[in-house]
Amino acid sequence: MAAVASSPAAYGGASFLGLLVRRKTVLFGAIILIVVVAAALLSPWIAPYAPAKLSLANRLKPPSAQHLFGTDDFGRDVFSRVIVAGRTSLTVGFSVVIVSTVLGVILGLLAGFFRRLDGPIARVIDAMMAFPDILLAISLVAALGPSASNVILALGIVYAPRLARIIRASTLVIRELPYVEAARALGVSTPRIMANHVLRNLASPILVQGTFIFANAMLAEAGLSFLGVGVAPSTPTWGTMISQGRQFMDSAGWIMMFPGLAVVLSVLSLQLVGDGLRDMLDPRLSKDL
Amino acid sequence: MARYILNRIIGVIVVLFIVATVVFVIVRVTPGDPAAVMLGPDATAADIADLRIRLGLNQPIPVQYLYFMGGLLRGDLGQSIFLNEPVLTALGQRAEPTFFLTIFSILIACAIALPVGILSAYKRGSVFDQVVTTLAMLSASIPSFWLGLVFIEFFAVKLGWFPTSGYGGPGDSFLSRMHHLVQPAVTLGLVNSALIIRFVRASMLDVLGDDYVRTARSKGMGEARVVLKHALKNALIPILTVIGLTTALLISGAIVTETVFGLPGVGSLIVSAVTRRDYPVIQGALLVIAALYVLINFAIDMLYLVVDPRVSY
Repeated sequence: MAAVASSPAAYGGASFLGLLVRRKTVLFGAIILIVVVAAALLSPWIAPYAPAKLSLANRLKPPSAQHLFGTDDFGRDVFSRVIVAGRTSLTVGFSVVIVSTVLGVILGLLAGFFRRLDGPIARVIDAMMAFPDILLAISLVAALGPSASNVILALGIVYAPRLARIIRASTLVIRELPYVEAARALGVSTPRIMANHVLRNLASPILVQGTFIFANAMLAEAGLSFLGVGVAPSTPTWGTMISQGRQFMDSAGWIMMFPGLAVVLSVLSLQLVGDGLRDMLDPRLSKDL
Repeated sequence: MARYILNRIIGVIVVLFIVATVVFVIVRVTPGDPAAVMLGPDATAADIADLRIRLGLNQPIPVQYLYFMGGLLRGDLGQSIFLNEPVLTALGQRAEPTFFLTIFSILIACAIALPVGILSAYKRGSVFDQVVTTLAMLSASIPSFWLGLVFIEFFAVKLGWFPTSGYGGPGDSFLSRMHHLVQPAVTLGLVNSALIIRFVRASMLDVLGDDYVRTARSKGMGEARVVLKHALKNALIPILTVIGLTTALLISGAIVTETVFGLPGVGSLIVSAVTRRDYPVIQGALLVIAALYVLINFAIDMLYLVVDPRVSY
């Protein structure tokens, strides 16, 4: 993609239109993301019904003006549940970003900065990357016990090596740059060089990767909750809602359809925004994916 | 070259060793006594003590570690607690659906991604390209289990083309078993084609502007030959890499997809082991899958030597 952006001639006549459409998709992503986040944050005020309010007379009602997304087997309003569940799903996803960024930055900086630590850390990163994300996460959750915080910890551990690898590679380059050498010659301490000179220059790859980890973590959380090894089934998340709506797939498909669409829209918007950020902040990176 | 291959083999052994260690650690971070957790709240103290001895949990951690590694070297992954059979046997019995599911989904993903990615790079900036790029991103955003459920509802329940779940009865023919795999394989293949499309497109874009492509064109060579023979061949290395990386995604996807489609594969085995807290099975499955991933990617590295004569170490 960078090849295209950096050489307008390659685009030919479609250049301007192409770039415009591209920006539009990023804009589209940003708008969806804002709507999803706002709905989740404001859910107590937006939700037309209490998400846990039972109403057996209204069981399995199809979408209507009263119940935009219909009702589930307990007569609960699916629309209200979807936006309330979004709060948990987004919180889990965002917390995973924080945990994996902290772990990944520490590992990556240490490996990139201290030659002696590089070998062992790089090997451990390689080994961790050999585990498929969901598999490693289920095993960790199985060992730690199923709960929202353990899901966050498990997925944080799963995605940390991915970030650590990128941080390590960039640190190796930055470490040799003249201004780092200059800082060292001036007697600036190593931790300070790491924070002020290295980490600051890593802000954009971290931001870009963070968006993709957010997207992946939301997919993974939905998968774990669907399998019953994630967040407790009593807590509405998009994953648990799909899992519970499954048995009414034939008669009341809307119960699992809407939380699924919510996952798709949120993940898609994160990916679109991440893609746009990558093109804007770090044109070198965009060729890799 | 021989030296490079030797170095890579040593690297693989080191990574496998760390993988085994990580697996050992994961299963032992369980808060409390794993034996008590496995047997549940109704177990008597004698039962728990008995299981602790059977699993070697009464030994100090370093001794357990040596036993674990020693067992691995002899190809012993331990004994399943609930199935009452060796973990390796349990995995072997459930390998068939997972194996074919993975192979078919890779084939489907490549069958979609290669032509679409090539054409999209060739017509870069066109409406087709924009649509493909957006669709690829969309399909990477769909949870595979949800797509699977939607497929079951539409193709199996409404249209009746495919069975809704399972892998056929014990006496069913190979063909009937494969028929059960069509929907899960298409689901996984579609979701995973997205990443490959993006890589194919990007690496084709890289080579399409190169001098030898221009030379081939100026010789009057047909476009199809220029793209498929000269450009694609040179774009193959990154494409192979991503196909290798995708196998990890496919295995992740297979765990969830098998549950959706009720396939008696390794994925379902792992999920039931997790709910039953059958730690030896979780440990063994984790190990085998991670080892497979390392070996597949090693094999792909070696393939580079074949695909690209310039790569000589």
